Amino acid sequence: MELRAKLALLADAAKYDASCASSGSEKRDSTQGGLGSTEGMGICHAYAPDGRCISLLKLLLTNACIFDCAYCINRATSNIRRARFTVDEVVRLTLAFYRRNYIEGLFLSSGIIRSADYTMEQLIRVARTLREQHGFLGYIHLKTIPDAAPELLAEAGRWADRLSINVELPQIASLKELAPEKDLPAIHGAMGELSTHIADAKEARRTAGRAAPPRFAPAGQSTQMIIGADNSTDGQILGTSDGLYKQFRLRRVYYSAYSPIPDASAALPPQPPPLLREHRLYQADWLLRFYDFTTEEILSGGEDGMLDLEADPKLAWALKHRDDFPLDLNKAPREALLRVPGLGARNVDRILEARRHSRVKLADLARLRVPLRKVAPFLVAPDHRPPPGQIDATGLRQKLLNPSAFAAAQPAQLSLAL
Amino acid sequence: MRCSVTLDAPADYGGWRRAARDLLGAGIRPEEVSWHTPGDAPELFAGTAPPAARPAALSVPRDFLELAELAVRHSDGERFALLYSLLWDGRRDPGLLRNPAEARMVRLHAMARAVRRDAHKMHAFVRFREIDTPEGERSVAWFEPEHHIVEAEAGFFQRRFAALRWSILTPRRCAHWDGEALGFTDGARRADAPAGDAAEDLWRTYFASIFNPARLKPDAMRAEMPKKYWKNLPEARIIPELMQGAEGRLRAMLGQEAKPPARRQKPGRDAG
Ligand code: SF4
Repeated sequence: MELRAKLALLADAAKYDASCASSGSEKRDSTQGGLGSTEGMGICHAYAPDGRCISLLKLLLTNACIFDCAYCINRATSNIRRARFTVDEVVRLTLAFYRRNYIEGLFLSSGIIRSADYTMEQLIRVARTLREQHGFLGYIHLKTIPDAAPELLAEAGRWADRLSINVELPQIASLKELAPEKDLPAIHGAMGELSTHIADAKEARRTAGRAAPPRFAPAGQSTQMIIGADNSTDGQILGTSDGLYKQFRLRRVYYSAYSPIPDASAALPPQPPPLLREHRLYQADWLLRFYDFTTEEILSGGEDGMLDLEADPKLAWALKHRDDFPLDLNKAPREALLRVPGLGARNVDRILEARRHSRVKLADLARLRVPLRKVAPFLVAPDHRPPPGQIDATGLRQKLLNPSAFAAAQPAQLSLAL
Repeated sequence: MRCSVTLDAPADYGGWRRAARDLLGAGIRPEEVSWHTPGDAPELFAGTAPPAARPAALSVPRDFLELAELAVRHSDGERFALLYSLLWDGRRDPGLLRNPAEARMVRLHAMARAVRRDAHKMHAFVRFREIDTPEGERSVAWFEPEHHIVEAEAGFFQRRFAALRWSILTPRRCAHWDGEALGFTDGARRADAPAGDAAEDLWRTYFASIFNPARLKPDAMRAEMPKKYWKNLPEARIIPELMQGAEGRLRAMLGQEAKPPARRQKPGRDAG
């Protein structure tokens, strides 16, 4: 098969992985030789009409697979054309795209061929060739095969910026049903191993002084869960994420709304879940990591373990905790302001800064581009006092759910302003 | 007394700082100063040069100077005057330069944000095309930034592509790297850059394949990749086609009935 046809097939098969992040690695550049740089910030070199960021060349080495995960287009029983890149082809494509500034680097994954070790070795060879033979300094994300030998995981971390193992489904029962060959304890075991390596390398870096310490996936590890392929609730999903963040110090959990695939398995729902559900999960995940919300608090905004689809999770929480509001804009502590719907962390910090100089008014918030309509019922300011009873009014929810603002709030990718 | 200050370049931060110190030292009020850069029309240059005075020591917050350094790259003609008026008032009201909610500070933050965004988009959307020259391969890009950022951002490309020899051509300023030093020349025209590159076909193939037609969200795309950039992005050419095809492709997937499982691949057999 010619290169272009392979590229079409093996990029198409890779697109169900939501991650395209290229941020948070070590700083390095080519002024002492080599090709490329990573400066901490991720760069989206293009956006596809699905609104998603294209930062990395995201490919499968092969879409052949001996596993038979029902939700996956590459499963053993899927009627699709199979193809396989050579190591050299992936290396050449990566370099050609990188030199022209199309990409930040490579995200390489693969179906499992022959064995976990064999597959992992192939992925590692691509990364090693890029780094050693071509002095490639761009970003590399390698998918990690959980059952691969520990030495292989260790080597993968030497070449890659990020490693990831997808847990795919939030419950062990669904994994058994939909991905019978996947082994959750093995996945957790591998994640634990990566997490130890990552922490050790970080510690070595901190204490090593000038000697170059061994590097291991400086951009950490991440995972992905498919949303809507099984009957897991948002509560189960967020609970799993919370556990993974705590146990394995994951950088990110990605949520990927189950996407209808050609030649779908009969074990799957025929319709995709609303993309909004995926978006709400990302917002909830954000609250979990950066706004000091617990899973229980977030879920208390919804019903029966599901997030409110109409309102973002912070607004949904606030509407069910109206006794905590309105807050005095000039007196409330940081933790409390962070819980005001419509106030993001950056603006909260700006408000705290501005408070040191003068009393902050609602009009000042307008200049900080805070959505006034949204925050007004929850705040008291020198120039603003919500009408008495407004916070408890039953109509408040409807008033705040302006359907047109809603559509506009659909995410670009992950730049979530809460 | 009216004073006229002409800076050396559109984003001459050092020059602005020196002039601002002199003006403050001489007690010249903001409304008495007009600021110019080399491209301005000559009739604007009314007024005398600032008088020699002991320059004022500038004691302003670090953050403010960082903002100022970004804001002078903005294409807004009032940028230097805005900055000077803030410095002037900041002497009597030291909190002013730290107050992110004050109206002029909000404007300054917005300018800095716009410059940062422009820089970020330049890092993202420059597309090199490789050409053969007598001295060997050269990577050349045509890009149209909104603000005066070429000199400030050339370092990014130098650090990333130190091993290549490259030029980034823009309407107002061009940057060149020959493997050893950065150089800058006056603006160029689009026609001065190469018209294509053999890798672009592969790149478009990738762009088309990585896109998921089940998740069409063109507004999100346009918010991050505004249309004004499209004409210089080789992949943007196929966007309309992808969007038209999307609905049909999605319906084909949804309409597909579940098929009986295919014969399972034999483990151990690689696809070729
Ligand atoms: S292991 Fe499962 S999810 Fe991964 S490629 Fe194979 S079938 Fe797809």
